[in-house]
Amino acid sequence: MGQRIGMEVSIAVSHAVQLARAEAIAAYPITPQTHIVEHLSSLVANGELEAEFVTVESEHSAMSACVGSAATGARTYTATSSQGLALMHEILFIASGMRLPIVMSVANRALSAPLNIWNDHGDIMAEKDIGWIQVFVENGQESFDHHIMAFKIAENHQVLLPTIINLDGFILTHVVEPLEMLSQETVDKFLPPLVPYHRLDHKKPVTMGAFALPELYAETKMAHQVALTNSYQPILEVWREWGELTGRHYHPVEHYRTEGAKVLLLIMGSLAEVAEVAVDEMQDAGQAVGLIKPRLWRPFPFQDLRQALAGAELVIVCDRAMSLGGAANPVMAEVRSALYPLAKKPPVLGYAVGLGGRDVQPQAFKDLVAHALSEIKQGPSEEYYMVGVRG
Amino acid sequence: MSKAWDQVTWQELEIGGVLTEPGSARAYRTGDWRSMHPVWDKTRCLKCGVCWTVCPEAGISEEPDGYFEMNDYCKGCGICAKECVTGCITMVPEEG
Repeated sequence: MGQRIGMEVSIAVSHAVQLARAEAIAAYPITPQTHIVEHLSSLVANGELEAEFVTVESEHSAMSACVGSAATGARTYTATSSQGLALMHEILFIASGMRLPIVMSVANRALSAPLNIWNDHGDIMAEKDIGWIQVFVENGQESFDHHIMAFKIAENHQVLLPTIINLDGFILTHVVEPLEMLSQETVDKFLPPLVPYHRLDHKKPVTMGAFALPELYAETKMAHQVALTNSYQPILEVWREWGELTGRHYHPVEHYRTEGAKVLLLIMGSLAEVAEVAVDEMQDAGQAVGLIKPRLWRPFPFQDLRQALAGAELVIVCDRAMSLGGAANPVMAEVRSALYPLAKKPPVLGYAVGLGGRDVQPQAFKDLVAHALSEIKQGPSEEYYMVGVRG
Repeated sequence: MSKAWDQVTWQELEIGGVLTEPGSARAYRTGDWRSMHPVWDKTRCLKCGVCWTVCPEAGISEEPDGYFEMNDYCKGCGICAKECVTGCITMVPEEG
């Protein structure tokens, strides 16, 4: 373990991007992503990062500039939140359909209306089908680590997909945490310069972004689907290599005190660390409650989740977003769908928690587990529940 | 891509749908889209080429005799008929 220093997580992320030697950054400031791109802008202005920093008039333009930049073969980065991510929407599909290895931080924040700048996962869950690799982190060190790894994953010629690192707005972005940084030399050895697969080059012209007739469109979607599904192994390979380098090992689905657990909580992002405290207290009190923390959201880790959950007597999925009027909230819907083909499967109950930055304390998880156990005994009274709503 | 588009498999597509050879647009005859096409009355045509100039899709070609005709990329927009100096172009509905 190297020396640990205290640093705001946004600044650590911008240093990760600097260490990765990003060559082009196009971004528009939006709370709570702002500190990341502000600091990168300073690094470029001060000559500490040799990159083109493109200031744009909107996130739609930011992602469009990233598409153009990545098409030339430059290592390309951006960051956004909430309304900014929503404004990028149409270009996000273009970036992944063109298989451009852009890396983006999403500092997760609630969507309007009403206007709310605080943390939940409503922004990214509205973009779950954009065809990007999507990873969730739960603390500052993971934020730093996964940004460097994201470039290596995205640019792998077996992958060639844009990649999002989701980190909770404010809860992570604005908090000072102890972090172990890596030297430039170490990162350079881990992450070689980008080798473009196709690029805009007047000496060898190609057409990018051509149209596809009905006779061909479905084939392009199949190719994209297979590429995203098959990115699973290369992602694991990069994470394994990182584990050897740093001693920090990452898995598509993380377990916390799940041995012998009959009830499993399932949570993505920083709230999982709060749930760990609740799990400790519940286990101390003799309750067999464990915690499952999916890290890889796209490609969806079917087998890892089935292995993690199949033996449980009850699975409680905590979503930090809602699918209003839908069959279930986003994570619950996908987890339950993944379990459905199994002959023996646990019941799944879903709870929407921590919306719009509502604070969630360990006691909330204890209450929620008690509620779920009672509901499962008498038969669920709702399709899914909301936690801590007055009235 | 030498294969016909409706024969290409997903495995044969270039990554990101990139086209490595030029000229794919030539193979796709967009004139199929049109519901009307221009017909020139040569008795009133001056061979001035205004129709050729204003066509937004290079859908009009000059013939060896100096008159103009539509080609396989005419989408039938009718700009040529509107702009023709002598009004010698008539838009005629496609048959069938």
